[in-house]
Amino acid sequence: MALPLVLTNNYTYEIAILVGLNAIVCVGLNFLIGYAGQISLGHAGFYALGAYGSAVLSARYGVYPVISVPLAVGGVAMLAWLVGKPVLRLKGHYLAMATLGLGVIVSVVLANEDWLTGGPDGMTVPPLFITGEKAWYWAVGAVLLLTVWLAQNLIDSPRGRAWRALHGSEVAAAAVGIDAARHKLAAFVLSAAIAAFAGALTAHYAGFLTPSKASFLHSVELVTMVVFGGMGSTLGAVLGAAVLTTLPQLLTVFKEYEMALFGALLMLTMIFMPQGLVPTLEKLLAAAGRKAE
Amino acid sequence: MLVPSLVAAAAMLFSAGTFSQEPIRVGAFLAVTGPAAFLGDPEQKTLELYVEKVNAAGGVLGRKLELFAYDSGGDAEKARAYVKRLIEQDRVDVIVGGSTTGETMAAVPLAEAAGVPFISLAGAVVIVEPVKKWVFKTPHTDRMACEKIFVDMRARGATKAALISGSGGFDKSMRAECLKVAPNHGVQIVADETYGAGDNDMTAQLAKIKSTPGVQAVLNAGFGQGPAIVTKNYRQLGIKMPLYQSHGVASKQYVKLSGDAAEGVRLPAAALLVAETLPANDPQKKVVTQYKKAYEERFKQEVSTFGGHAYDGLMLALEAIRRAGATDKSKVRDALEQTRGYVGTGGVVNMSAQDHMGLDLSAFRMLEVREGDWALAK
Amino acid sequence: MIAQTLLSGLTAGAIYALVALGFAIIYNASHVINFAQGEFVMIGGMAAASLVETGLPLPLSILLSVGIAVLVGLVLEKLAIEPARGASVVTLIIITIGASILLRGLAALVWDKKIHPLPAFSGDAPIAIGTATLLPQTLWVLGTTVVVVALLWWFFNRTLTGKAILAVSVNRLAAELMGISVRRVLAVSFGLSAALGALAGILIAPISFTSWDVGVMLGLKGFAAAILGGLGSGPGAIAGGLALGLIEALGAGYLSSAYKDVFAFVLLLSALVFLPNGLAGRRVAERV
Repeated sequence: MALPLVLTNNYTYEIAILVGLNAIVCVGLNFLIGYAGQISLGHAGFYALGAYGSAVLSARYGVYPVISVPLAVGGVAMLAWLVGKPVLRLKGHYLAMATLGLGVIVSVVLANEDWLTGGPDGMTVPPLFITGEKAWYWAVGAVLLLTVWLAQNLIDSPRGRAWRALHGSEVAAAAVGIDAARHKLAAFVLSAAIAAFAGALTAHYAGFLTPSKASFLHSVELVTMVVFGGMGSTLGAVLGAAVLTTLPQLLTVFKEYEMALFGALLMLTMIFMPQGLVPTLEKLLAAAGRKAE
Repeated sequence: MLVPSLVAAAAMLFSAGTFSQEPIRVGAFLAVTGPAAFLGDPEQKTLELYVEKVNAAGGVLGRKLELFAYDSGGDAEKARAYVKRLIEQDRVDVIVGGSTTGETMAAVPLAEAAGVPFISLAGAVVIVEPVKKWVFKTPHTDRMACEKIFVDMRARGATKAALISGSGGFDKSMRAECLKVAPNHGVQIVADETYGAGDNDMTAQLAKIKSTPGVQAVLNAGFGQGPAIVTKNYRQLGIKMPLYQSHGVASKQYVKLSGDAAEGVRLPAAALLVAETLPANDPQKKVVTQYKKAYEERFKQEVSTFGGHAYDGLMLALEAIRRAGATDKSKVRDALEQTRGYVGTGGVVNMSAQDHMGLDLSAFRMLEVREGDWALAK
Repeated sequence: MIAQTLLSGLTAGAIYALVALGFAIIYNASHVINFAQGEFVMIGGMAAASLVETGLPLPLSILLSVGIAVLVGLVLEKLAIEPARGASVVTLIIITIGASILLRGLAALVWDKKIHPLPAFSGDAPIAIGTATLLPQTLWVLGTTVVVVALLWWFFNRTLTGKAILAVSVNRLAAELMGISVRRVLAVSFGLSAALGALAGILIAPISFTSWDVGVMLGLKGFAAAILGGLGSGPGAIAGGLALGLIEALGAGYLSSAYKDVFAFVLLLSALVFLPNGLAGRRVAERV
């Protein structure tokens, strides 16, 4: 929240806003990956559907953005519910592949139906009622805080405990009477809805949208942010989003080495901090604390 | 008393010999990596090369040029962030960039809102139609390519043509334009096939085209490796009709990839590709020969029309700054709009308030592949 | 037209099968999904193309390229997979994704971002078979795949190393107790998968060219084929690859070429819904 003191111009505000938006998606995705222990390699699909849903409704059908956003989110939630039921019966790598497939399908459809979506070159999106970098910054910040609050509350609720039991072992959880399917679906739908919301906000903020938002690479980016920050940790999700959104901006000085460096950094951090950033730091601090005693 | 005045005199002499004023900031966002890398890579090299040359020759209005170039990877969202950075953080005076239409359109609202002259290096007609106050472009539009091809088709006696295109932005945009303008030139499109981005075999689509009744010529509105595969498949199936490609594959690479199959293929392109064979009295001869030589000498690589568009963009911007006598953005914008008779690698540019591209059909030359090289079509 | 479509489907299917085999072998040995598998395909094709461009004869370039890919595979295993041995599935996935980004970045630096052709092994003259025409290269792709599959069968069933790899995939602990060096098995698996990927890249390059980012989509489709066939099953991978190639070609030819990629994944999703462990996959027992 003290960031505005450091942010000097619209460009830096933009980065902060993008970090915030990514963080919102990641906190939501964390419910699915970190808590419920499932994998989704196609979450960018939900994100993009939320974005395009709101964009198309407001740009082509004249719906006010204030209404098109919740409509889009609701639509995506319903889709996630429909699709999630059969797909979540899969496990492990099979689930990963299924979600990956879903993401690719969304991405191809968005790119091909150019009469609706403007095709691969994208479409312009009408703005929301919020104008100006600073206003957006506070708006996104507020939504992020809300999402984090939701996360903290969920974790300690019966639902949250059910998720954590699922993560440990589905068989054991079932043995204690937890309805695995229902809870998995809940995590899936919730994280999809949050992703769609963030997607819609991004669309109206940027004023422009392309189908690459639904790409496999984008899904991978989102999962990477969550895992990098630390699965099962809300703070980790936020931090992961922050680091991985700003890093490419910082690496531009390396020009053509940017991609190789990014890949190398990713590998090294995951090899030496396999739990992710936050849990590793927590362990270090705990160890330091014990030493001090 | 003597020492301070000597020091002062030395300081003044020294500063008089250097560029003592603010540099002119030129911003660029290009797809140097990613799927559109063969657009952005020569574009960046060209900008770097000529900023260096111009500085070596004394700069513009006695001021040095400073280039801020970012790699958008062809991604519209990244491009947006970089354009914001260029405008807000680097405070550039003019932007030359946007290798692809997607990136350009994402950047347009930013340039318009901030009032920064923006010269795009992308192809689609939507960039300058409708005209936007601060946005210009140097490459020929896809619509012009269609028209040039249809005129040539008619000259060879073909009135029924088949269209085959890919799924990329460039392909779709050009296909739409061709469908629109074909009737204006008396050409009827009798088949319309498509292929996917990573496809390695278009024989099925071409077989369909071959068996369409009455078809006399084929137009491949494509970009990247698809057209090369189409060309190879074309020969594989033994199709004898004239094949036209788009200006998107106006490069030696296309010829290399297609091999012998490219013999006889025609496409509209900038005179840059046939610089040596242009007649001596051709208005573009001097500019294209000089650019080709400088680029190939420095980078040991074949010159590309996309790099040529970047050259034109930079030179137009600098010319406008010279004529405006300042880097005041409004003045530069007005000067850009008043560009007349500028000879670039893409053609002779005449801008106006309604035309922010300034090229006409004569700027495109119809080229043909002969013995593995480009030649002016007769 | 059907003959032409089937041929092009089989060709693509053979390539997917090779890539899928690579996924299967590494998964069997280490339970890791190597997202960098597609990059082996890229390295094979690009190395061969650049070596040929410097003047080396084609057969030598091919051998050297496969060798380079194998080397990269071994280095990857040593530097990235081994240190992260106990990490979770998702972490390992991220590591291999990082590896694929790194390899792509390096490829763009070492070579360039242009598209490169590879000369066809025995010329470009099309062969007519009934109403369809065939490129000689297609015969190379199909023929080599058959030979490779036969060699692999012999390797896994008749040689000690091959059997050791199978043993590790069935039960690692038991294999170690029997004196099998898991380290060596891992290395061989990675090397073998890299070789398969590189071969696929080299075979297809004369038909559809190669470039620094050709590995992404191929890797994805190979992965899909491996899953379709049942993760960890060699024959399943081959069946999955061929099925994928054929469905794609048929869908593109008769339904919609714009949605070609979608057919593959829709097929995959429906298959997974009815066969949660793929065509030939084993049921994974879960320990509580």
